[in-house]
Amino acid sequence: MVKVERLSKSYHDKKVIDDVSLTIEKGTITSFIGPNGAGKSTLMSMITRLIAQDEGLIAIDGENIDKVKNNDLAKKISILKQSNSIQLKLTVRELVSFGRFPYSKGRLKKDDWEIVDQAIRYMELEEIQNKYLDELSGGQRQRAHIAMVIAQDTEYIMLDEPLNNLDMRHSVQIMKILRQLVDELDKTVVIVIHDINFASCYSDHIVALKDGKIVKQGQACDVIDSCVLKEIYEMDIDIKEVNNQRICVYF
Amino acid sequence: MAYKKKTVILFLVALLLTCLYIFYGLSGNIDYILPRRIVKVIAVIISGGAIAFATTIFMTITNNRILTPSVMGLDSLYLLVQTVMIYLFGSHSLVMMNSNINYVISIIAMVLFSLILYRILFRGEDSNVYFLLLIGLILGTFFNSATSFMQVLIDPNEFMIAQDKMFASINNVNTNLVYLSVVLIFLVMLYFWRYAKYLDVLALGKDLSINLGVPYNDVVKHLLVIVAIMISIATALTGPMTFLGLLVVNLAYEFLKTFRHKYIIMGSALISIIALIGGQLIVEKIFVFQTPISVIINFIGGIYFIYLLLKENRSW
Repeated sequence: MVKVERLSKSYHDKKVIDDVSLTIEKGTITSFIGPNGAGKSTLMSMITRLIAQDEGLIAIDGENIDKVKNNDLAKKISILKQSNSIQLKLTVRELVSFGRFPYSKGRLKKDDWEIVDQAIRYMELEEIQNKYLDELSGGQRQRAHIAMVIAQDTEYIMLDEPLNNLDMRHSVQIMKILRQLVDELDKTVVIVIHDINFASCYSDHIVALKDGKIVKQGQACDVIDSCVLKEIYEMDIDIKEVNNQRICVYF
Repeated sequence: MAYKKKTVILFLVALLLTCLYIFYGLSGNIDYILPRRIVKVIAVIISGGAIAFATTIFMTITNNRILTPSVMGLDSLYLLVQTVMIYLFGSHSLVMMNSNINYVISIIAMVLFSLILYRILFRGEDSNVYFLLLIGLILGTFFNSATSFMQVLIDPNEFMIAQDKMFASINNVNTNLVYLSVVLIFLVMLYFWRYAKYLDVLALGKDLSINLGVPYNDVVKHLLVIVAIMISIATALTGPMTFLGLLVVNLAYEFLKTFRHKYIIMGSALISIIALIGGQLIVEKIFVFQTPISVIINFIGGIYFIYLLLKENRSW
């Protein structure tokens, strides 16, 4: 369980995260939604200690993240940011093998390589595993990065806009894989996502943010609601039930 | 595993050139010439290796291929520190007479500066490479100007003595400092050992490094201290060579085509040694000392630097 209490962060007197408290339950997919500049990515970066908070506490499984050793935390929680511009000459397989760093310190053993292969298979990257990253399309690169996070084998996985650059087929594929990670491997996944329909169809919990504050958090079906969405996005959004899924029509 | 083979080839070429430099045209008073040549070669090897090593680390922690410690003005700073010391203590004072003490004080000053540089480079929320480059060039020019200014103020006789003693160049290697440098390099390597494993991950960038459990700020700070010491050693032995690091590290990346720092560091150090000793052979035997090698290296390196800037610009 990730517990966030009264978190705040300002840049140059502007509060980007303002007194946010939330709990992320184990074994769920939680989506952070909200307009641009709502503070979703900042919140995620603070939970994974990429950015230091000004005020507030973050605890993972009851332990304050400021007090846990970096390497131990890297075995518990992983994050993938939206912009990953690696300039190195790396193959997909080499990138994925970096996911084992917290365990192997760069000297991978046989079982580390097995986990790497498993992650590559999971993301269907076998055919391109020996290609260099700069030869790949944006979607393939994104999948390679997700494979690295899977190889890191953490209980909590945080993904900042994982569907960026992906077409519909690969978006659905990735969301299904995330669902599998939660249902089969008992992971906890948190994503920042812009497409509220993906959020609605695949997540258990949704946290809606606006201007650094939480507008609403709860079960997906409670947050995907015309009134709530109007408050967040300032537009009228019609919600239709299709195959038992709530679909937002906002065109 | 092509890069392993290539590293071996580089090693053999470097070894060949070193032997050639030591034994070529060896005649006359061998007892006098041979030890002098060997000490000079050791100085050049240490210096070239240290520049390559420092530049590789610096490029990795700043995540770019253009910024080097020299471009950031670190070797100019070393000269400034030396000049300030003559200015304050005079060339006859204790500090100046014992060049080893002077050397150690300069290194301490460099380490302090590198910690300030760390604050500038890594405390900003997002740092732009071109902005840093600009700061570095301005700092470098400032250090150079301040150095010249102080040198003008110093009594000319005193300055002559000091210059002879302190300001090395590749033709005028400071052999007094070689033994202390060997010891220092050894100590720095021991210190570096703890952080070596993080280099490959650091090259992936700050966010991914933290994600993979690297104690980022701590590691970067210690690595910058190592960079500062290495640059001090190199500058003390053979004088400043602004573009050597840029040239050899980029060549190592192009030639070896790997991300593994173990090989990039070895490769760039070997290329650096090949460039310096090979270049020195050409300068001594073909140009008969008419052109200093640092001029040639800065000429080629400068052109390459402009090429890199233009290339980066295009991919924007």
